[in-house]
Amino acid sequence: MHVPNEPTLHKAKDPHTELADHHAVDQLNHDHRHGAHDYGASHGSVKSYLIGFALSVILTAIPFALTMLKILPAASLIPVILILGVIQIVVHLHYFLHMDTSSSQVWNNAAFVFTVIIVGILIVGTIWVMFHLNHNMMPGMMPMG
Amino acid sequence: MSHPANPLEAIKDEITSAYDHNPNDAHDTHDHHHHDEETKVTLGFWIYLMSDCILFATIFATYGVLKDATAGGPNGRELFDLGFVAIETALLLLSSLTFGLSMISMQANKLKGVMGWLAVTGLLGLGFMGMELYEFNHLIHEGAGPDRSAFLSAFFTLVGTHGIHVTSGLVWMAIMFVHLSRRGLTSANRIRMMELSLFWHFLDIIWIGVFSIVYLMGAA
Repeated sequence: MHVPNEPTLHKAKDPHTELADHHAVDQLNHDHRHGAHDYGASHGSVKSYLIGFALSVILTAIPFALTMLKILPAASLIPVILILGVIQIVVHLHYFLHMDTSSSQVWNNAAFVFTVIIVGILIVGTIWVMFHLNHNMMPGMMPMG
Repeated sequence: MSHPANPLEAIKDEITSAYDHNPNDAHDTHDHHHHDEETKVTLGFWIYLMSDCILFATIFATYGVLKDATAGGPNGRELFDLGFVAIETALLLLSSLTFGLSMISMQANKLKGVMGWLAVTGLLGLGFMGMELYEFNHLIHEGAGPDRSAFLSAFFTLVGTHGIHVTSGLVWMAIMFVHLSRRGLTSANRIRMMELSLFWHFLDIIWIGVFSIVYLMGAA
């Protein structure tokens, strides 16, 4: 068993092994050595996770309640579901996946923007093309009848 | 860190240290090296997640095209039980929170906290998968299996692909548990945990798309 016990870790110089009570002091050294926190992911505090969780509970509960209680007609309900879904995705990206605009994330963000574009083309393009195909292939609309 | 004269030895040394690093023998030069390594490894994993996003986009697009092709069979409004889906969603959301708490324990070097919250996350994930398999089984017994209509084929493909990902995440968690109990919070294990957390939160994001587009819009 190689389970490190806490007292030894206390003395470790690795930036990731800082203990909370040492944080303020170590922060200066840490920043001096490495620039700001910049390893792409995994940062957050209990507070930020709880804020993200509370927001996503609210953003989940609203569309479920609207749909289950049939408060809105379908025509206005669907855009509301989609908009709340997109907002919730942004909340998750920010609070759980810790995406931000720091310089160390520039490649993550570039890959993300590229993916969003591809996903948009894929989904919108498919539905657009297939809708028109269905429409034009309806029985009775074929030129050859 | 010693610097062997032989360049090949030096490279071997670097590789070994990147994967078998113990925080107890950290040095400043070492840190820098690891730090870069971590950023690179998580970027690589991020690119995998983005490509997985495109896989899901194709399945979502297929579902969007086929959602009305019920071939005279049942549609979403008749099949979906939103109360059931709300509980599934709650389990997955809670598991994202508990994974976050596990990551916070990792930052504070509390191995017990990391493993405890990881176990809670795994149980919530198991609960989710149990409910999903129950739903699939129920639908198939009602005669609404993937062979009933194009709509149901697309439904099972989309929700099932998400389910396979969640199952992979659960297997990974079990392996992570073994890694953590054997070696503790080493640098390699921290990288693994970071990637697993990205993977798990990513699956929760896909689920937002599933419950919005499949269940809520299907029942609207």
